[in-house]
Amino acid sequence: MEKNHRAIETFERLWLLFVLGMLVFFLVVITGMLRTHGGTVPERAERIDATKVRTEGNFANPRVVFEGGRYIAYVQAFAYGYLPAEITVKKGLPVTFYVTSPDVQHGFYVENTNINIQVIPGQVAQVTYTFKRPGVYRIICNEYCGLGHQNMFGKIRVED
Amino acid sequence: MVVQSITSTAREAYRNEPEKKVTLYLLVLGFIALLLGTLFGPLQAFNYGGIDLYPFLKPLLKSYYQGLTLHGVLNAIVFTQLFAQALLLYLPAKALGLRPNMTLSWLSWWMAFIGLGTAAIPLFGNQATVLYTFYPPLQGHWAFYVGAAVFVLSSWVTAFTVLGMWLRWKRANPGKVTPLVAYMSVVTWMMWLLASLGLVVEVAVFLIPWSLGLIKGVDPQLTRTLFWFTGHPIVYFWLMPAYVIAYGLMPKQAGGKLFSDPLARLAFLMLLLFSTPVGFHHQFADPGVETNWKFVHTVLTMMVAVPSLLTAFTLAASLENAGRARGGKGLLGWITKLPWDNPSVTAMLLGLISFIPGGAGGLVNASFSLNQVVHNTAWIPGHFHLQVATMVTMAAMGASFWLLPHLTGKPLLGRSYALASVWLWFIGMNLMAFALHWMGLLGVPRRTPIAQLRGEYDGALPFMALNAVSGVILLVAAIFFFYVFFATLLQSKLLPASQVPEVPFAGAVSGPEHNRVAETTERLGLWFVVAIVLVVIAYGVPLVEMFSNINPVPGQKLW
Repeated sequence: MEKNHRAIETFERLWLLFVLGMLVFFLVVITGMLRTHGGTVPERAERIDATKVRTEGNFANPRVVFEGGRYIAYVQAFAYGYLPAEITVKKGLPVTFYVTSPDVQHGFYVENTNINIQVIPGQVAQVTYTFKRPGVYRIICNEYCGLGHQNMFGKIRVED
Repeated sequence: MVVQSITSTAREAYRNEPEKKVTLYLLVLGFIALLLGTLFGPLQAFNYGGIDLYPFLKPLLKSYYQGLTLHGVLNAIVFTQLFAQALLLYLPAKALGLRPNMTLSWLSWWMAFIGLGTAAIPLFGNQATVLYTFYPPLQGHWAFYVGAAVFVLSSWVTAFTVLGMWLRWKRANPGKVTPLVAYMSVVTWMMWLLASLGLVVEVAVFLIPWSLGLIKGVDPQLTRTLFWFTGHPIVYFWLMPAYVIAYGLMPKQAGGKLFSDPLARLAFLMLLLFSTPVGFHHQFADPGVETNWKFVHTVLTMMVAVPSLLTAFTLAASLENAGRARGGKGLLGWITKLPWDNPSVTAMLLGLISFIPGGAGGLVNASFSLNQVVHNTAWIPGHFHLQVATMVTMAAMGASFWLLPHLTGKPLLGRSYALASVWLWFIGMNLMAFALHWMGLLGVPRRTPIAQLRGEYDGALPFMALNAVSGVILLVAAIFFFYVFFATLLQSKLLPASQVPEVPFAGAVSGPEHNRVAETTERLGLWFVVAIVLVVIAYGVPLVEMFSNINPVPGQKLW
């Protein structure tokens, strides 16, 4: 019994070392990924008055502009849709999305990409992504926003 | 005559041990909530299987979202808290050999009952269809927030009752190490007192005045942050009662001893320290939290995985000890020798097995960069159905198989149904969780009635089929379980006093006596201060920034 017990304690120490090593390894990989693919982590561009999103400023005129070799998209996520309803960009060029909501929280998840924003009224979210493959990408709302939530889709057309 | 004498015996038992009665009331109220909430479970599974049954429930339920709100609130918030209140009031009382303050114990039950009743009116009336995360600016009826607040505050009353009992014990036993089960219970309540502050501030300072029209708007980013301040540690509040059973009781039930008592204390202390300062890992996709702070929380979240991984080792060692004591030979022979015929042990074992993939998925969610792939997809309910709906719920189901006879003096009825229910629950939940994880990777969103759509998520069809199958299995499992539970509770037959099961407190291979770890972890006042400091480090700057830039948004009722 005593011998067994000591053997278990040795295993236990080895296990703890393995656990700590594994977690440190994960953290190193996460840090590396954030450095190389960090553009899709949502950050705040600015705070905004949610009640004026529809009437003032860039989001009252949701659009995609092309300047200096990159796209800038001003997107309204509202109950239940996105404006512009369809965004068209060319592949291989960086797109910066600014997204906000005039009403409640929404999701801005672009299928088959790492773009996944929690859209929060009062906050303008910013992400940058470069589409590598042409095609049509759906934007899916993945946060409950009311009775029509399941029908809330948008579209990004990526051209060759 | 017989009935009368039985009633008087039961009454006498409650007079001698009044804590049994209040524990039973907490437990039964919790399982009634689980029963109601679970009824909506198969509807959810069928929805993700492409079958929409909500139109048939129209007179009762207005929408999928109302059903989902009830499912989440009743199962994840109400049932879990009441089970923690029952178990972590009763077990420390028995472990310390003390009586809890009965006035406070009953106050906590009445608060939970009244809070629940108050919140139930708008929930069933479709006036608070805001899901169990109730993110503003969606605005529920004030009675929902008031009821929820009273309900949550009832857990504070239980916490203070247990802490008071423990302090009495400490005064009477100076210099002694607290018995393990009482130690784990006290740590859980300390953790919860600190962790629940976020939710209490969110509801009391912002949501109640807002829903009453006293303030025009609330800042959704700030309230979200306060919610997740509590929202992650709340899962440890659900989990720690299961750990108390796994460390403190299961080794004995399995026929062995806990491998190391001090290690169990260390794991619980780490949970006290690291449960709370990790909430931003639910907010990786939020624009209003800075990337650097999200990263700080990523590191701390990895830290909170350590006690669970330690637990995996200690429990496996304890079970091996039990299996070998029962004659198990060879590398894995001890596994088959475990008492698989005991539904209470089997529930724990199957729950713990499910916790392995569940925990691994949790590490994925905590990994900042990977979270972008799974945030708010069906992966997330897949994950927490392994953790709370399998591990935690099965621990509670398993505990009820001995606790109910212990508290009432009545024999467990339908033992084979009990055994079948835990196997079916295990199979159904794992099948469903597997399917939901894959659907999440395919981009299917959570909280979405996809059965009402036409072909939007056809890529996930095979996994949707698995969901529908799991819904049927889980419905059968639930019927079996609740049959056993209520048939046992409502029968009039009593066990002879000598056959009433005792609380199966486990011994330890290495105990806490003269152990440095046990003595260090015993200084809970000091460690509580360290826990507060960690929270201030992780949350101080971002919260001050948010509180000094409140950006109010008016409420909406969009259901």
